[in-house]
Amino acid sequence: MSDRTPVLAFRDVNTHYGAVHILKDANIEIYAGEMVCLLGGNASGKTTTLKTILGYVPPTTGHVELDGENVNGWSTAQRVANGVTMVPENRRLFKRMTVRENLEIGAYLRHGEDLSEDYDRVFDLFPRVKERLAQKAGTLSGGEQQMVAMGRALMARPKVLLMDEPSMGLAPKLVAQNFEIIDRINKAGTTVFVVEQNANMALSIADRGYVLQTGRIVLDDTAEALMANPQMREAYLGDI
Amino acid sequence: MSTEVAPEPVRSRRFKFNWVDGFLWFLRVAALIAIVVGVVGSIQQFADGEGPSAAAWRDLIVSSISTGSMYGLIALGYSMVYGVLGFINFAHGEVFMSGTMVGLISATMLFENGFWDSNPWISILVVLVVAMITSTLVAVAIERVAYRPLRGAPRLIPLITSIGVSFFVQYSFAGLFGVAIRNYPPAPSQLSGNVDILGIPIAGTRLLVIGVAVVSMIGLWYFVTQTKTGSAMRAVAEDKEIAGLMGIDVDKTIVTTFAVGGAMAGVAGLLWALLFRGVDFLTGFLPGIKAFTAAVLGGIGNMPGAMLGGVLLGLFEGVGPQLVLAGLGIPAVSQLKDAVAFAALVLVLIFRPTGLLGERLGSEDRV
Ligand SMILES: Nc1ncnc2c1ncn2[C@@H]1O[C@H](COP(=O)(O)OP(=O)(O)OP(=O)(O)O)[C@@H](O)[C@H]1O
Ligand SMILES: [Mg+2]
Repeated sequence: MSDRTPVLAFRDVNTHYGAVHILKDANIEIYAGEMVCLLGGNASGKTTTLKTILGYVPPTTGHVELDGENVNGWSTAQRVANGVTMVPENRRLFKRMTVRENLEIGAYLRHGEDLSEDYDRVFDLFPRVKERLAQKAGTLSGGEQQMVAMGRALMARPKVLLMDEPSMGLAPKLVAQNFEIIDRINKAGTTVFVVEQNANMALSIADRGYVLQTGRIVLDDTAEALMANPQMREAYLGDI
Repeated sequence: MSTEVAPEPVRSRRFKFNWVDGFLWFLRVAALIAIVVGVVGSIQQFADGEGPSAAAWRDLIVSSISTGSMYGLIALGYSMVYGVLGFINFAHGEVFMSGTMVGLISATMLFENGFWDSNPWISILVVLVVAMITSTLVAVAIERVAYRPLRGAPRLIPLITSIGVSFFVQYSFAGLFGVAIRNYPPAPSQLSGNVDILGIPIAGTRLLVIGVAVVSMIGLWYFVTQTKTGSAMRAVAEDKEIAGLMGIDVDKTIVTTFAVGGAMAGVAGLLWALLFRGVDFLTGFLPGIKAFTAAVLGGIGNMPGAMLGGVLLGLFEGVGPQLVLAGLGIPAVSQLKDAVAFAALVLVLIFRPTGLLGERLGSEDRV
């Protein structure tokens, strides 16, 4: 793998909120077409990792690379325009705006481009979204909101899709459906980096995984190896 | 979504007397009675051929609506900034004032070389553009210098800052242009007569004021709901963090909000000139407070609410004294218009604390 350039990488990244040290010497490499997961318990720094990728939280030392280029000086908008988008934790739709407007915001940086293909792709993955275009996003069910949140991210036509705990707050059946769709998106060529506490679910579809413990990456292996790792089983999987 | 929501405790339906609620109900009932008695009294007077004539009532209503639409345009600025940043920008009255003040300078220049009389419409357009540009620039400068450094601070801090900024702008203008009241040149003669609308004669100036306000409002409505920048503004108002993570430049969008609010205040500056002519460095104070009142009345953060609140406030203060107070037998009612305007605010808030069209005074909004 090391002869290729990762689409996304962390090089010895440290981040702080004020004096509080969050990420500690994090190294991550994600290659085109992969599905990689980041596992960790509450407050381990998962969301912070995603915000660091998007430049919302600046690294105090180390740097983030996109396609081999150090992007520490880039704004969030530049990174989004270069194909990195996020489905936030808890979906966080613009609730007072319609579903269509939410999707449009996803395509905010794509000035003057034809979006019909992207709409078709979203409607194909989530037929329900098409029926709800004129509805205020705040009035959707949780599952529908998750679909719109993913649709919104896809409208940016991402190369790398970041997903923050897609299983959070959803019924088990919906979680399974969700991961199936993530898998489809990945198989269609989008690199996916998914953050989860639900390690079983994430590892079942991921190629590789990182395990984060209080801001430090303690394990880094293929999904099968992590599944089989006794340390992993103890710490995160509970009883399988 | 969570499956383990505890069942709502069953509330006791038994009536329990609470002094605050009781007092509020007393106020509500007393206010309603006073209003009904006053209105009935006025109608009685009108039927008896006393008090203002039908034509006087009509003029009063038209002039109230025109003043109210000016308030509405200013109110938009309060409401939009509140929507995006969650605090009241008390310096917004001064944004309006700076527009009229600098507009006055351009109007005086046009008047002195005779252009004002030879080309009244172009002159008004020039003053409009000057007032809009000035107010926009002042609003943007205030945001950049006074509020942006406070981003993320508790919202009481920018609120207090805005009061300081307000004084700063007022006295800067007093220093630059003096403290005397100065008058716009008289409105073009074409406006001095009445225009017939559906058989109703309406003063030309009033009609122009209402027309300009309506056109501005439609323009703003189009901008906010139909353009990409408008969507970004609403997204930022709702959730700055996610808007930023979607690639929206939050700071730029906030500047746009101030600029648009400023432009509307600039339009209101021209309307002020058409309606009242007199301008000084304190001109922004009372219209500013009233527009703020209008914004609260309509439901702060809500744009149609701001416009509605403005027109209603204009009607309350213009028609209210004559309609309610005169009917109660109170003398010299027209001098009580400011008292009525703010009493109307109190009344609306007693009946509907979120304002007429307001939905959200939630905890979700952060500075
Ligand atoms: N803006 C902030 N300011 C200060 N501290 C923060 C901020 N955001 C997060 N933190 C802290 O950083 C730590 C890591 O937070 P983060 O949101 O990355 O955790 P997480 O792994 O995503 O947790 P969860 O599974 O609960 O979402 C937490 O202790 C949190 O309190
Ligand atoms: Mg998180």
